[in-house]
Amino acid sequence: CFATEATPKVRPINKILISNRGEIACRVIRTARKLGVRTVAVFSDPDEKSLHTQLADEAYRVGEAASSASYLRGEHILNIAKKSGAQAIHPGYGFLSESVEFAELCQREGVIFMGPPSSAIRDMGIKSTSKAIMAAAGVPIINGYHGEDQSDECLQREAQIIGFPLMIKAVRGGGGKGMRIAEKPEDFLTALNSARTESQKSFGDSSVLLERYVRSPRHVEVQVFADQYGDAVYLWERDCSVQRRHQKIIEEAPAPGLSEELRRELGEAAVRAAKAVGYVGAGTVEFILDKEDLSFHFMEMNTRLQVEHPISEMITATDLVEWQIRIAAGEPLPLKQSEITRRGHAFEARIYAENPRGGFLPGAGPLRYLSTPQPSAEVRVETGVREGDEVSVHYDPMIAKLVVWGENRSQALNSLIARLGEYHISGLETNINFLIDLASHPEFQLANVHTGFIDQHFDTLFPPIVISPQQVGQAALALVFNELQSAFSNSSGGSRDAFAATPNLRLNYDLIRTYNLKANDKVYSVAVKFNGEDVQVQVDNGVWQKIKAERVLDGERLKIRANIDSNITTYNANIDGASVVLFLESGKLDFELVQPKFLSAQVDQLGGGGSRVVAPIPGVLEKVLVKPGDQVKKGDSLAVLIAMKMEHILKAPKDAVIKSIGGAEGDNVAKGAAVITFVDEEVAK
Amino acid sequence: RSSLSSNVLRSQVRLLHVGEANILPSEVDKQSAEYKENAREMGKLIEELRSYTSQVLTGGGQKAIERHTSRGKLLARDRINLLLDRGSSFLELSALAGHELYGEEVVNSGGIVTGVGRVCGTECVVVANDATVKGGSYYPITVKKHLRAQEIALENRLPCIYLVDSGGANLPRQAEVFPDKLHFGRIFYNQATMSAQGIPQIAVVMGSCTAGGAYVPAMADESVIVKKQGTIFLAGPPLVKAATGEEVSAEDLGGADLHCKTSGVTDHYAVDDEHALYLARQIVSNLNLPSTNAYNDQLVHSSQSNFRDASPPLAVEEPRYDPRELYGIVGPNLTKSFDVREVIARIVDGSRFTEFKKLYGETLVCGFAKLYGHTVGIVGNNGVLFSESALKGAHFIQLCAQRKIPLVFLQNITGFMVGRDAEANGIAKNGAKMVTAVACANVPKFTVIIGGSYGAGNYGMCGRAYSPRFLYMWPNSRISVMGGVQAANVLAQITQDQRKRAGKEFSEAEAQKLKAPIVEMFEAEGSPYYSTARLWDDGIIDPANTRQVLGLSLKAALNNGGQDTKFGVFRM
Repeated sequence: CFATEATPKVRPINKILISNRGEIACRVIRTARKLGVRTVAVFSDPDEKSLHTQLADEAYRVGEAASSASYLRGEHILNIAKKSGAQAIHPGYGFLSESVEFAELCQREGVIFMGPPSSAIRDMGIKSTSKAIMAAAGVPIINGYHGEDQSDECLQREAQIIGFPLMIKAVRGGGGKGMRIAEKPEDFLTALNSARTESQKSFGDSSVLLERYVRSPRHVEVQVFADQYGDAVYLWERDCSVQRRHQKIIEEAPAPGLSEELRRELGEAAVRAAKAVGYVGAGTVEFILDKEDLSFHFMEMNTRLQVEHPISEMITATDLVEWQIRIAAGEPLPLKQSEITRRGHAFEARIYAENPRGGFLPGAGPLRYLSTPQPSAEVRVETGVREGDEVSVHYDPMIAKLVVWGENRSQALNSLIARLGEYHISGLETNINFLIDLASHPEFQLANVHTGFIDQHFDTLFPPIVISPQQVGQAALALVFNELQSAFSNSSGGSRDAFAATPNLRLNYDLIRTYNLKANDKVYSVAVKFNGEDVQVQVDNGVWQKIKAERVLDGERLKIRANIDSNITTYNANIDGASVVLFLESGKLDFELVQPKFLSAQVDQLGGGGSRVVAPIPGVLEKVLVKPGDQVKKGDSLAVLIAMKMEHILKAPKDAVIKSIGGAEGDNVAKGAAVITFVDEEVAK
Repeated sequence: RSSLSSNVLRSQVRLLHVGEANILPSEVDKQSAEYKENAREMGKLIEELRSYTSQVLTGGGQKAIERHTSRGKLLARDRINLLLDRGSSFLELSALAGHELYGEEVVNSGGIVTGVGRVCGTECVVVANDATVKGGSYYPITVKKHLRAQEIALENRLPCIYLVDSGGANLPRQAEVFPDKLHFGRIFYNQATMSAQGIPQIAVVMGSCTAGGAYVPAMADESVIVKKQGTIFLAGPPLVKAATGEEVSAEDLGGADLHCKTSGVTDHYAVDDEHALYLARQIVSNLNLPSTNAYNDQLVHSSQSNFRDASPPLAVEEPRYDPRELYGIVGPNLTKSFDVREVIARIVDGSRFTEFKKLYGETLVCGFAKLYGHTVGIVGNNGVLFSESALKGAHFIQLCAQRKIPLVFLQNITGFMVGRDAEANGIAKNGAKMVTAVACANVPKFTVIIGGSYGAGNYGMCGRAYSPRFLYMWPNSRISVMGGVQAANVLAQITQDQRKRAGKEFSEAEAQKLKAPIVEMFEAEGSPYYSTARLWDDGIIDPANTRQVLGLSLKAALNNGGQDTKFGVFRM
């Protein structure tokens, strides 16, 4: 309890429930612990052993995997809060954080909702309403149509008035959902219908609004805070322009290239916006900033703590979760506007389980290997997962946020690139390599950012993957070290075992071992010659590279310092089954050890290999289109898998007869699980 | 308080000094002309050794290799590399067996590759036919090498893995390979008797196993056969046709399908060489031997890795001096002496050596050292053996036998002292004491011939006849009953005496004519290549590898650490 008795409306808080999961839940727990506030976590079935569940003082099951059956069960969560004696609920972001109904429910039941009053959420949640309020408060807004008449004719008429390109946005929308851009008048109706359908599906409402579309916009947002006494301050702005799939990927604070005057104008406009809706707590006012003339217009207000709040904390030396707790308890704002200073520059990179080269398709799977940069005052690793955890298909595929601070932008950016290079994950696809390429891109270095950045620089952001013989050599070296460790670390005598102390010896000749490593769909044949203490490596019958290498101490992790043809590099590697992953300065490089032929030959004997269709990614079996006994043709659709809210259609690889189905509709299926099995034409002899 | 801590400090300082006391000093002058000359000459010998070895690696030659590999078959040594644990060394035995043994016929490595390596953490003896060499058929040296590998397996209790790919006995030489006690039949006798002793016998049929060869898999505890590649039959299709008129293909007569599904001659069905070797590894991993080194199978990966629980290995000190300095120290000229302690200092852990009876019988150096952490007793020559040296040696060997400490002999010996005084002092009975001790000591014994190996010195220093578990030679070494010059002189003397009795002249020219071929013969027959071609040793090794080779041999030998020793009568 830290509210002082001098403040009249104070309601001491000594226990809070966090109605969220993942990194934000862990983030809130950390500050709460610092303040001596006890924490209550809620968890769905797959989260029973998650980090947030373990970090909290108490944890309660809240339901099954699906969000609607767990983290969105407001009433149930409220009951848990009451049962556990929590005076307040921190909703984090997403889930219930902007639910008017939940905020109201909390208000009614006398539990503090750590967010603005429900009225503010409602006002800001409906775009047309919020724009009207903003316009009235003197906050610049962009032209558009926010009317009630949703008929095609009316919308088309209004569209002609606003002009093209034009943006169609779901009234209740957010996060890029229910949003379409019509480049030309002919595109309008198609885009409109598409936006409506998606909005209806996501928000149960198909109302849209129309807006002028700014071609080269920057996404600049201001962090605001308001207390229960009508005071509000801003904590400077963030630039979140670089986005993919209309979702942020890398953010920085302050926004580069803005004058102090413009910063103040933005901040003050944001404070006006907050005050206009009687805002309380943490909020973010988003603006579209025209890259060319630096004019800005109100876009929307997010009535919650944002994912990217740490960069604001880094440049203002504040703890915004602490502010949230204090304000919820009824304390006044901890700092006056004049006391909120700004220092240095901060970046946040969002590390996602996704495949940037595959259209940023989200993924899921196990974090079989996970090692993060060393956290410090300048480096924050915000995450809710540990090595061995699973990125679930049920929730957001964000693995972590890497937050760095530097004296200035270029220093912070250098640090970001270096720290990203130290973020080592394997087991599933991540966007780390892409983030490194993005942060290293000359245009990004020059801060020439806008929301179309990735599309504009697509070719240079995704250069063709080139694998050098040296890198293949590094992979082979990792295999050699791994083999030595695996083969001998359990030998009975330690180094009393001459076999362990004297590996790979041949009498009067040098052992040459060949590895076949596949990377980027190409197989490299690497010969390694063991020549006493040194090795030589030859890739695809090229030149022999001389290598001196040693294992560097890094706990149990494999870290190698190698001198390859007088070039010394130090890198981590992880070998897991047939996968050989190198973590180089330039990012992760995946190799696959080509497995002996007999393995597939055996599978054939057992009736596999082409005789079944497996789930390409983990997901939920949405629909099965065939039944046992059906004759299908090559290319026929067999089943539909939903993973990460995306549909995957499983098709027949050949003409065949269906033997069995590996699950029922609605079942979870693991990656690689046989969904459809065919009758084997060639019955085993 | 301060005086206490200074006492502690002082005692530590003193301890450090004591800890250094058993480190052998090295007095080698690396700048001397002699050292440089030695190093250069030894360098040539090492070159020659590597060059001979690289020749035998080509097996039966390029054509034969192409024919072999085009059928999807792997070469013998490649098979072994896949069979062994990744990272395992392979203590290959007598790679130069058969060297210049059959005139025009080149039988590289005797047509068979044998050695000791680690399979799933267990040291095993591997015997692999090289089908590119004369179809893998058994020459006399092939049989001898196969039997020697089995002997090593028996003495050290090591599982045997036979990678079979052989046409059987070499028919033109059947008289030299078939009938005698230590001929072909002994292979199967050994399989049966080793199996009886609980030494596993595993056969992998990767090619033909015809006639007698069929018994290798048939006598094995467990066997694997490769589909469309391995065949087993007592008589091949031509013989069957001749005998009964039946026409049948090799595959139908004795292929993998027949033997795995119908006859039950083989137990495991492999689709190719790599699969067969994987299956052989699986067999070894299920031997349930008491002393296996836990091993995490890497060939086919499991998600579970148990290496994380590994306790930190015990540190073993490497020798303080570079083993390559042995080239400059020893040199090829056997008439020049060197201190065997310089050799010991480049073999044992930390160059530490606790010498026994240093001031007595100084021509024989005895003492204790560690080899990869294991205590060994070392016996090395520093000159001709006198009575005292022999007595000291016998005493020291008794100590090792009593304490069950393995013995390493570093042999560089011209023989026991001769002459009236020596005989009068009982050199014969004292030498006999040492020979008795060496013969009876029931501990693992290892011999490296690092220089000369002549006469009874060979016996006292645990020559081949004394069954050391392993015996290696350096490329500079020589082995014969005596030196060539000495032998020539003896023969010349006898001839001169005969002539004298007959009242005939024996001119210096005649003496030279008599002596020259004898010197030449001894020179040729004393060569380590002559020895290794005939399997008088287990291989010629690079002196710089002596520590590793002895370490690997010791590790293998410790699978049978030895029993109590019962000595024979020592003539007092």
